[in-house]
Amino acid sequence: MPSLENITNTIHTWLNNHVSSTLATLIEMLIVALLAMGLFAILGLILVLMERKVSAYMQIRLGPNRVGFKGSLQTLADTLKLVLKEGLTPNGADKLLFNLAHYVVMCAAMLILAPLAFAKGFQIWDINIGVLYISAISSIGVIGILMAGWASNNKYSLLGAMRSGAQIVSYELSAGLSVLCIVILTGSLRISDIVNAQQNGWFIFKGHIPAIIAFVIFIIAVTAETNRAPFDLAEAESELTAGFHTEYSGMKFALFFLAEYVNIFVVCAIGATLFFGGWMPLHIGNWQGFNHAMDFVPSSIWFTIKVFGLIFLIMWFRWTFPRLRVDQLLNLEWKYLLPLSLVNLLVMTVVAIMGWHF
Amino acid sequence: MMRFLVRREPNFGMTNKNMTNEELKLFTTEQFPFLIIEEGNEWLTYYVEADEWKTLAHQLRNHTSLQFDFLFCLTCVDWKTHLTMVYHLTSTTFKHTVVIKSKLNREKPEIETVCDIWRTAEFHEREVYDLFGVQFLNHPDLRRLLLTDDWKGYPLLKDYDDPINMIKL
Amino acid sequence: MYRTTDILEHKQSPSAGGVGEAEYMVINVGPQHPATHGVLHLVITLNGETIINVEPHLGYIHRSIEKMCESLTYRQFIYTTSRMDYLSSHINNHCCAMSVEKALQIEIPERAKYIRVILDELTRLASHQLWWGAMAMDIGAITPFFYAFREREMINDIMEETCGARLTMNYMVPGGVMFDLHPNFQKRVKEFIAFFKSKIDEYDEILTGNVIFQNRVKGIGMLSKEDAISYGCTGPTARASGVSCDVRKLYPYELYNNIEFDEIINTGCDSFARYQVRMQEMKQSLKIVEQLIDNIPEGDFQAKTKAVLKLPKGEFYTRVETARGEFGVYIVSEGATTPYRIKFRSPGFSNLSALNHMAKGNKIGDLVAIMGTIDLVIPDIDR
Repeated sequence: MPSLENITNTIHTWLNNHVSSTLATLIEMLIVALLAMGLFAILGLILVLMERKVSAYMQIRLGPNRVGFKGSLQTLADTLKLVLKEGLTPNGADKLLFNLAHYVVMCAAMLILAPLAFAKGFQIWDINIGVLYISAISSIGVIGILMAGWASNNKYSLLGAMRSGAQIVSYELSAGLSVLCIVILTGSLRISDIVNAQQNGWFIFKGHIPAIIAFVIFIIAVTAETNRAPFDLAEAESELTAGFHTEYSGMKFALFFLAEYVNIFVVCAIGATLFFGGWMPLHIGNWQGFNHAMDFVPSSIWFTIKVFGLIFLIMWFRWTFPRLRVDQLLNLEWKYLLPLSLVNLLVMTVVAIMGWHF
Repeated sequence: MMRFLVRREPNFGMTNKNMTNEELKLFTTEQFPFLIIEEGNEWLTYYVEADEWKTLAHQLRNHTSLQFDFLFCLTCVDWKTHLTMVYHLTSTTFKHTVVIKSKLNREKPEIETVCDIWRTAEFHEREVYDLFGVQFLNHPDLRRLLLTDDWKGYPLLKDYDDPINMIKL
Repeated sequence: MYRTTDILEHKQSPSAGGVGEAEYMVINVGPQHPATHGVLHLVITLNGETIINVEPHLGYIHRSIEKMCESLTYRQFIYTTSRMDYLSSHINNHCCAMSVEKALQIEIPERAKYIRVILDELTRLASHQLWWGAMAMDIGAITPFFYAFREREMINDIMEETCGARLTMNYMVPGGVMFDLHPNFQKRVKEFIAFFKSKIDEYDEILTGNVIFQNRVKGIGMLSKEDAISYGCTGPTARASGVSCDVRKLYPYELYNNIEFDEIINTGCDSFARYQVRMQEMKQSLKIVEQLIDNIPEGDFQAKTKAVLKLPKGEFYTRVETARGEFGVYIVSEGATTPYRIKFRSPGFSNLSALNHMAKGNKIGDLVAIMGTIDLVIPDIDR
């Protein structure tokens, strides 16, 4: 049965047989880079369309339905428009930082792809500190946002960037702590270990109530980290017009836009990996027959379903909730989520030590 | 227009109840004998001299049985010979209404501001200043409100002529 | 022509906490800004995110309607008011038509009164629905906007059928209404009532009960009763501060003294109170329409009037309750075919003057919520 694991292994052996191992590594890196970029482009197209369709059905309208089959090419047409647009740089802006910011945001989003396991044995870099790496890299994006806000020389941008900075730095804590809960259960920071540990059931079921609490906190925190409604204060369009990317146009704006969607994908992929077993099919304890039946669905499909389920959840939030105010946002984190996640971590530790989990 | 003779009626004025137009007329003329009544309007209408307006305004607002706390319309009319400020006052407690008018010199229109008594007057007076050129003395922030700061003339005056934007029918 | 901002001359004293003047940030919200719903320009002085001062700069769509009216006849000037508060254009027209009728002592037929009141209340409903959607959007919830428009569209369709227009109806004439109701009118209004009744609870479900929403609007934009009166606020803005100011109750016109409905008064004084007042007013409007729709009497829809109207010499002040508050028309007539002077007392203008008072000390996000609950319509303010 051709699986993604087989394909990569075939390519790897073929390359090593025909060229020197250094060149093979280089070629593999090139392939991976191309695949990552391709994934980004496709993700952008799909997620933007998905968001528009989801919001349309929630808002009793049809959404894009003119370009392509049921509007499937709408995002492509929009991208074409954005590519052709002039990318303005304001006169008072800090030119270097202004033109660098969106690349920083984009690169930060791309770097997180490295340790993600997309399917069984299909992973770019199975680093032994995978989860830590993700936490570290995901906070680089805020530097890009701050750069954009500061360099634009626009008060709205500045306010947006400051809000975004405060927000991401605060919510990083809760996200990190809820990730730690899972790390406690596994005893490893390596993504493949975490996925394999869910062989006999996903952590959201295995970890009792603490895991569910951790998942809720995680979802809230990553929604805030990706600047999505109800935490979209950084670009609150009714308050700050467009926040940190007010002055961006054309492809520069498109990169911010794309980075937002890639970030959503990435955080949902992490959420799916930690709490829903990543590519691991739905296994229940020792029900061999059931587990075996589930294995017939390819692991990549499992991963995609889980990730898109979480993405839908985050989109659902956006089109349902009003926006929080900046002080309420910080209150929520520092007064409620942070103590709660600390206590939760403690409870989880007790559960793990006593072996109360499945 | 006639100067109304003061008639003493001790019962009026002490009762905090709703007054009809007639009662209000008797009461106010008793309280403020210097006012001149204008007849033939829906509401009781008085003329007041521009320099007496501020004291009258204070009394109208604060008198226990008048309490005109709601200035619902403040405007100006250009009568070509003079300008007339028109203040529509009502009391949210007693629901009685009075209209105070004041004639201003057209060449140098000046009247005391009342925006410390009714704060809605701040914007309305700026509007009147903007469109009629009435100077409100002691107004905290008397600037053009609707028109641009460098606008010449006062558009709602009858002799204002704008060759570009004027609508003539 | 760009307006120069001399905010520096009007600087506030440094607040407690030792932040000097130099650290204040001045932000221009508008004239083009998503939250101002039009071309309102607010110059905001900020200390961090806290508002120190809000200074409205008006006039970006000032058309000097008052001056224009001086050269329009009494039949024509009515329709300039549709362009002021375009969301309650019917009610504005109604006020002007009533003031001409009052001056000429024209008795209008019963049927016309019924039609007028029903259309007034439908206009109020449509206006409140738009306000609800737009306010939710200001606060960041985009979906309610579409829900509000679903119902508003039905009212617009009714208006289109009967009046021939969807926004600026221009249906009132001195002496009645311009033409008779469309035969479908009653049927469609009843359909609308039945539909809206089933949906109004949905409004509460999606927005009112939301914790985030309640936290956003509770306790902000405080306007005490005394301040509301002093600032000349009317309409839901004042009624949420406990001021009884519904013109329909205090100075009933047309049929309003024969109709059963409640004046909604709330003493919450904050943005949430203003929100609740408007939500409940929708139900009251629905109640009024329900009472009238089955009883529209047969007969003329317009009284016989002269072709050229000349108002007697004198002054006439008429007021009605629009969706935003008390709308007044002050006509000074010299006995000619055109008014000598017209003053429109627009509710938005007075309500806006209280904005600075309400917004001081709140966050910049609150300003949007406060403006949303005052329900500003900019052409109404600029005239």
